Amino acid sequence: MLQNVSMKRTKVLGFIFLSLIVFACSTSDNGGGTSEVEDNFNRSAMLVNWADNIIIPAHNAFNIEVAAMVQASTVFTESPSEVNLQSLRSAWKNAYLAFQSVSMFEIGKAEELNFRNRLNVYPTDVQKIEENVASNTYNFSLPSNIAIQGFPAIDYMINGLAETDAEIVAYYNSDATTGYNGYLNKLTTTILELSTTVLNDWEGSYRNSFVAATSSSATGSVDKLVNDFLFYYEKSLRAGKIGIPAGVFSADPLPEKVEAFYSKEIGKDLLLAAITASKDFFNGKSFTSTTEGESLKSYLDFLNTIKNGDDLSALINNQFNVSKSKAEELLNDLALQVTTDNSKMTATYDELQRNVILLKVDMLQALSINVDFVDADGD
Amino acid sequence: MNFNAYLNKETKAANLAVFRVLFGLMMFFSTLRFLSYGWVDKLYIQPKLFFSYYGFEWIRPLGVYTYALFIICLISSFLIAIGYKYRYSIIIFFLCFTYIELMDKTTYLNHYYFVSCLSFLMIFLPANGRFSLDAYLDNSINQEYIPKWNVDGIKVMLFIVYFYAGLAKLNSDWLVDAMPLKIWLPSNYDLPILGNLLQKEWVHYAFSWGGALYDLMIPFLLLYKPTRWFGFFLVVVFHLLTSILFPIGVFPFVMIVSALIFFDSSFHEKLIAKTSKLLKLKPLDNITAKQKTTSKIPLFIIGLFLLIQLLLPWRYLLYKNELFWTEEGYRFSWRVMLMEKAGYAQFKVVDKTSGKSFLINNNDFLTSFQEKQMSTQPDFILQYAHYLADHFSKNGKKDIAVYVESYVALNGRLSQPYVDPNVDLAKEKDSFAPKKWILSFNDEIKGL
Repeated sequence: MLQNVSMKRTKVLGFIFLSLIVFACSTSDNGGGTSEVEDNFNRSAMLVNWADNIIIPAHNAFNIEVAAMVQASTVFTESPSEVNLQSLRSAWKNAYLAFQSVSMFEIGKAEELNFRNRLNVYPTDVQKIEENVASNTYNFSLPSNIAIQGFPAIDYMINGLAETDAEIVAYYNSDATTGYNGYLNKLTTTILELSTTVLNDWEGSYRNSFVAATSSSATGSVDKLVNDFLFYYEKSLRAGKIGIPAGVFSADPLPEKVEAFYSKEIGKDLLLAAITASKDFFNGKSFTSTTEGESLKSYLDFLNTIKNGDDLSALINNQFNVSKSKAEELLNDLALQVTTDNSKMTATYDELQRNVILLKVDMLQALSINVDFVDADGD
Repeated sequence: MNFNAYLNKETKAANLAVFRVLFGLMMFFSTLRFLSYGWVDKLYIQPKLFFSYYGFEWIRPLGVYTYALFIICLISSFLIAIGYKYRYSIIIFFLCFTYIELMDKTTYLNHYYFVSCLSFLMIFLPANGRFSLDAYLDNSINQEYIPKWNVDGIKVMLFIVYFYAGLAKLNSDWLVDAMPLKIWLPSNYDLPILGNLLQKEWVHYAFSWGGALYDLMIPFLLLYKPTRWFGFFLVVVFHLLTSILFPIGVFPFVMIVSALIFFDSSFHEKLIAKTSKLLKLKPLDNITAKQKTTSKIPLFIIGLFLLIQLLLPWRYLLYKNELFWTEEGYRFSWRVMLMEKAGYAQFKVVDKTSGKSFLINNNDFLTSFQEKQMSTQPDFILQYAHYLADHFSKNGKKDIAVYVESYVALNGRLSQPYVDPNVDLAKEKDSFAPKKWILSFNDEIKGL
């Protein structure tokens, strides 16, 4: 009997406790309605800023540049001349530069299409390209054909076929080598198709589902895009553009693995464009203006007001600037830089690497985002 | 002597029987869950290398036969639940489960260790004395009363888990800075109602202090009869909350179920009676009253085991470095959810004859889960460095040195260099001795 009384008493206590919790939650929910905006970081505003002010305008700009490149390649293949080759090169360079602003967004349709790899795997497979040109059979959508297409393949087709422009043009004027004309056009139009597909998806339904996925889980847009961004920065930018050719992952330097190897002119520009695009994404800077919206930077600053920690966003921005000024010291021809003074390459790598630590360790910890979400229990 | 009198004290076998059934069922479903998520393949078959525990390097996954281990676990846990050939089932389960846990320390979780501990204890307890197929088939196994210390052994184990988890929280990061909850809680912003609340600093402190207090108090609340129901209510609320907030799998449910052992025998008797009625089982009424000849060996083993449990978590005091930083003596000590640690480890392999060197892309050798664990734990870093040295020495033909440049961020502090980048890890041996190549921690965490 005594036990029953005490049982009842504790049960009542329990219910009181539970209702207190519920009460506390519901009152703060009601009262917090107005303060919600200032109390919580607005992730949905960040996603809107990313989609509407950065990703979609960048894809739009890229699409326009690619269309111009297709146009220039049609003109060049119909009437091959050194002048038309020059204008194709300039259109190719513009499109390649614009690509640096969309390459990091491997999400949605881009992820599905393997966008980045189809557009920019280098070094390009020259032998296979020559075989395909000769046989005139190729299917760019096959995974095995990833290294015979995209900007690096065009680089070979317009810069690497021969030493002089006259000799290159000759490839497109000869009856014996007509395959080059068709192959070049196919390369440029494939990029346009891919770019248009991704752009249309963003301008269609994907934008809304991207913005709506505000959850904190691995399937939420913030987690996914941040992981994509870091993967891009670490593997494509840091390792691909600088680390691999500089030989930091191999016993010897590999100058033939630089981006835009055959052009010998635009490697550094592509690198600088990529660093700037990464920094702008971090700061939430609009693609078309200088306005900055909600971003990883403002998210970190918000969390810092809770934590009173170090000013991480300032450290990251500073590191972007240091990387950029190191990169500016490089020669336009990165392969030449590797063979003449590789220490400048490795110095640039070191600065890019410092930001990997700040982004991947410090920023992810602050944001409590898992790296490449691991599906397992924790404790 | 009082102690002898205690040893002769008896209690109903029902507590232990209910515990056995629920334990078996929990293990059955958690093994099933593990299998159904495809984790066997992902965690134990796909990886190229596995991180062994010091001294257990001979325990490795068995390729595709690793599935057999899980199937054996599944069957034995079911047999434990129904109490068939109990002694064999629990021994097989213990060995099998512990083998799985020792295969790769990447997956170390305190609650897996807890399951190993419990199943070890249960080997020596007559948990099939009631409500079991064994007792139904062989009346000599049937027993209504068992020594009281049988049940108390499990209570002591639970006491250690909670109380030591509470003690581990008595440090400045947890209490003064509300870390790592300050990092973890705001990320649950998408929860209804709680989401907003979890952004507030006072909530982080409330959870930190509340969590520590809960762990320290709960064993007493459960032991003391007048507060038992209240304690159990807190157990349910606390563990359900943690299961909503953190990805901790079945652990909350294992703890909720385990806490039932603190209730009186009458509660368990009722539970058995009601379940029997529900399942239309005939109750056994011919319970033998005869006293079993009790061997002293189980008592001795369990006593020794619990003594080790009491002492083991304090071994970190033998190391003078910051425990959270070096993790020397960190595991097997009920340090649960204490740290947010992230790291980055860039390995450099040097061919000493040619002087040439290159950096390692960790994805070439490790899964992302393994890389994550490796980059913040020194024993992983060392083992991986040895693996790389072996891999690139081409069967010892080349003289290889391995260096690592690594950074670790702990509980919201800015990342700091972790391992001395000038030490050739290929030359360092793993042992329980302090690892001198870990760089010192530029801060102080006060407390236990």
